[in-house]
Amino acid sequence: MFYREAGQFKTSYQADQAIFPIRQDLYAYIAFLAVAFIGVPLLASDYFLSTLMLPFLVLALAAIGLNILTGYAGQLSLGTGGFMATGAFAAYKLSTAFPDMHLIIVFLLSGLITAGVGIFFGIPSLRIKGFYLAVATLASQFFLIWMFNKFGWFTNYSASGVISAPPRTVFGDFYITGPQAAPVTKYLFCLSFVVLLALLAKNLTRSNIGRKWMAIRDMDIAAEIIGIPMLKTKLIAFAVSSFYCGIAGAFWAFLYTGSVEPLAFDVNRSFQVLFMIIIGGLGSIMGSFLGAAFMVLLPIFLTNAPHMVGVEISVSTLSHLEAMVFGVLIIFFLIVEPHGLARLWQIFKEKMRLWPFPH
Amino acid sequence: MHVERSVLTTIGAMLVLMTALPWFVGQVSEDVFFEWPFFLEVAIGGLLSGVMYSLVALGFVLIFKASGVFNFAQGAMVLFAALSFVGLKDLGVPLWLCFILTAGIMTLVAMTIERLVLRPLVNQEPIILFMVTIGIAYVLDGLGQMIWGSEVRMLDIGLPQDPSFFFDGKILINQFDMFAALIAGALVAALVIFFQYTKTGRALRAVADDHQAAMSVGIPLQHIWVVVWTVAGLVALVAGIMWGGKLGVQFSLALIALKALPVLILGGFTSIPGAIIGGLIVGAGEKVSEVFLGPLVGGGIEDWFAYMLALVFLVFRPQGLFGEKIIERV
Amino acid sequence: MKLTTFALGLAAATLLGSSAVQAADAQFIGSTVYRTGPYAPGGIPWADGFADYVNLLSERDGGINGVPLELEECDTAYNTDKGVECYERLKDKGSTGMPAVMPLSTGITYALLDRVKADKIPLLTAGYGRADAADGTVFPYIFNPPATYWGGADVAIQYIASEFGGTENLKGKKIALVYHDSAYGKEPINTLKALAEQHGYKLSLFPVPHPGLEQKSTWLKIGRQLRPDYVIMYGWGVMNATAIKEAAAVNYPRDKFIGIWWTGNEQDVIPAGKAAIGYKALQFNAIGADFPVHQDIIKYLYENGKGSAKSPDIVGQAAYNRGLQQAVIVTEAIRAAMNIYGNAPVTGEQVAHALDSFDLNAERLKALGLEGLMEPIKLSCSDHQGGGHAQVTQWDGKTWQSITDWITPNEEMLRAMYEESAAAYAKEQGITPRSCD
Repeated sequence: MFYREAGQFKTSYQADQAIFPIRQDLYAYIAFLAVAFIGVPLLASDYFLSTLMLPFLVLALAAIGLNILTGYAGQLSLGTGGFMATGAFAAYKLSTAFPDMHLIIVFLLSGLITAGVGIFFGIPSLRIKGFYLAVATLASQFFLIWMFNKFGWFTNYSASGVISAPPRTVFGDFYITGPQAAPVTKYLFCLSFVVLLALLAKNLTRSNIGRKWMAIRDMDIAAEIIGIPMLKTKLIAFAVSSFYCGIAGAFWAFLYTGSVEPLAFDVNRSFQVLFMIIIGGLGSIMGSFLGAAFMVLLPIFLTNAPHMVGVEISVSTLSHLEAMVFGVLIIFFLIVEPHGLARLWQIFKEKMRLWPFPH
Repeated sequence: MHVERSVLTTIGAMLVLMTALPWFVGQVSEDVFFEWPFFLEVAIGGLLSGVMYSLVALGFVLIFKASGVFNFAQGAMVLFAALSFVGLKDLGVPLWLCFILTAGIMTLVAMTIERLVLRPLVNQEPIILFMVTIGIAYVLDGLGQMIWGSEVRMLDIGLPQDPSFFFDGKILINQFDMFAALIAGALVAALVIFFQYTKTGRALRAVADDHQAAMSVGIPLQHIWVVVWTVAGLVALVAGIMWGGKLGVQFSLALIALKALPVLILGGFTSIPGAIIGGLIVGAGEKVSEVFLGPLVGGGIEDWFAYMLALVFLVFRPQGLFGEKIIERV
Repeated sequence: MKLTTFALGLAAATLLGSSAVQAADAQFIGSTVYRTGPYAPGGIPWADGFADYVNLLSERDGGINGVPLELEECDTAYNTDKGVECYERLKDKGSTGMPAVMPLSTGITYALLDRVKADKIPLLTAGYGRADAADGTVFPYIFNPPATYWGGADVAIQYIASEFGGTENLKGKKIALVYHDSAYGKEPINTLKALAEQHGYKLSLFPVPHPGLEQKSTWLKIGRQLRPDYVIMYGWGVMNATAIKEAAAVNYPRDKFIGIWWTGNEQDVIPAGKAAIGYKALQFNAIGADFPVHQDIIKYLYENGKGSAKSPDIVGQAAYNRGLQQAVIVTEAIRAAMNIYGNAPVTGEQVAHALDSFDLNAERLKALGLEGLMEPIKLSCSDHQGGGHAQVTQWDGKTWQSITDWITPNEEMLRAMYEESAAAYAKEQGITPRSCD
């Protein structure tokens, strides 16, 4: 009833190719952004901002990065953690070596450095595919973490190998890293970055290069035959994906925890991000957000749920129950809709178009 | 079994490289101490560790071969089986009965998984099936620890633990590792006999070769899946007992799955002999590299070296050692 | 993208839940522990010891100075993300918030450094975390009594020297460090290197990648090639038992093998069976349940079915006593704060202030029934460490036997190292050290 596109005519190619061809979608999107930028900072507590929204946004960004590589270009990767670590350590080295460099430039540069590393580790993808590639990318994961752990230069020779983000400001006196930074400032900074990068990613995937990626994903031999350059296209996918993961890693270290050791980006992180995009929906930017929400927020919700209804159980039983419920939910959602939450959302929209008269 | 000549060449080349490189490094670097008996000792120790990796890798291969599922829950199954086994043992059940009971439990697990998870997801893409096994892993981890607790439990299965010396004390080999290798060998032999000479085994191979063709000659696919997950559960049980005997039974057992991954790439996801040979190469390769090449860069390279080895290898042979040749058509 | 509303809804529900009503006049104590996950075997007895002591105060004394206590645990599974979430969830609970946080993980400690500073909640790390936080001028909210990793390394070397008959005999000896390749395991390296220069022993480093299930190559190098005169281990979890077993497998003598306190749990040696007999570990607390406090715990808690551990046998284990000791430090700090600010629930800032002049002396320990279980601790505004005593224990197949007296680390040398490292951190972070005069 409310979700009707009747009466909305597209009079130009431009209108036809808009990200949100249906007006309601656009309005909903704008309303949603307004809530995220204005409503949430006004209403939410520090706990909400700094333990739920920040990791959610950062991991959503990493998930977008991996989704570009795996969901759009079809290259299964388990190197996300390594690339995030590269971004974090690059940002740390840059910001301590050049204290005057603006933090936004630091983040962008660390993304670019990670992109370079990503290209290097993407080279084997020209020969290897599928699960073999996934396991091969683990080589980069383990190697990068080992490297940051091993060589003191990366951590400015700190005894423990831990890096701490130095306090920095953007726009005047607003600290976004260090103990003085308010969760709200961090959140808004992170949100703006993530929204911009997500829009960029959405447009990339709708562009020429995005179509090439999808051609390779759907059948690489066919894609090669119709003249898509394998080497270049695959490596661009690796570069763009690593750029996103690198920035996500820098955000994780600088905005979320403040200090990290390389183990924060171990292989579990790679798996976590991969799970996000599978649960959320491969080949969908929105799916990256949904998947991140599922993997980050749901466990926290499950931990808190018994308190809410007033049930008292021991923490260990609670943890085990949480793991089991989480596992069952993963299985349940995949059986209901194997193509992820994003697809579920699409189906819901289709139904809404006809509601309440489905025939 | 027919083995391609190029496979043998590759293995040969790797063996030569793995011997020549340490020798060369030993000649030029002061940090590295190279001596033939010691090299042999490290290589043998590595081969025996490799057998332990193969034990875990076998479970992956069995399931992947028969159903095309990359079973991320294999590590969780190892933990679950070991926890059940040691839990029953601590209740005072005799060892042989523990084994039978745990085998029964693993059969139940297999049946539940087939009925509730695999059947609704027939014909889905591999990555979806992979993801669903992650859900299974969460459930098994939680369930096992909820029933049996998260404390570490000692598991002594009566194998000797002392080192044995050979060649006038020049070469030392751990007896536990030798027995573990023997048990793993027996397990593989049993699996081969099962696959080659029993009716169910033949049916399994038929399903592995071609799902559709197997179904059309009347092999019940769902029954086969239960069998194959049960067999993988039994392999997990043996792996759990061997690793648990080494490390104590605790949550970390679930992490040994990571050790099996490079073995899988080297050996190929679908080959049982591949899992064994891959395990041997990875085991020996990582020990030799850590001992003789590690000192050059400060050590701790064992973990990624196995993957690097696999990666370099894959560039030349994308389907693994014994994997089926990938033929692609448009 | 707008389905994130789903996430928002979820999170909002979480918020409602976490603001449940709490008793207004009770002192809240939050405890981040891990009873699950890969390190659970060592985490469970620690959590039991902590909870039992706090519950003992409630049952026996009705709380601290008459103020009732409210203990809430949060399970981190030794996972940094979860630990941060636990901290943020617990920090505002109770009428005055969390009076102190004990993350029980070096990784979580690092993730909380900035947060506790902003929230003004003292961070207590007993035998883990940042060693250079001993410098209270740079780290006003971080306290690391009773011992640090650096102090532990020094004590280990002192003990090894005494085994060889004096520090002068260390010259030319080979000492190996086997360590968990993480922030935790790397902490002692600088100290051991500095001491190597001083005493002339040769230090070899053997990193073990997490989680440490496979150490054959490490031990082949150690036991068959290097054959060091002593091995020091900084390991954790499954790595410890594996190391002991592999040491046995290459016939390396276990009585030349000494670990830091986190490798000295019953849970580390029991899985290794006979192989562990003779293995040594440092402890910053005594082992066993022969102290008056344990008798009270059995009497007031376990005999009434209120104990935290599954069986009373856990009471007195190494990790249990460590958790108990941490609870003693926290509750005594709260008591000290109440003595200053009045007998009502105290805030983190008040506890931090009380910790700056914390004095847990022998007399007080005796009154608490802890004489001999731990050494006195005295902190000041600039010294947030307070002693660092440790003793060496040896596993005899059944229990840890104490084989030395308390050993005091070389405070002078360590102090200089703490200050140097803290100054480097202060410079990088743009912190002006506070004045302590």
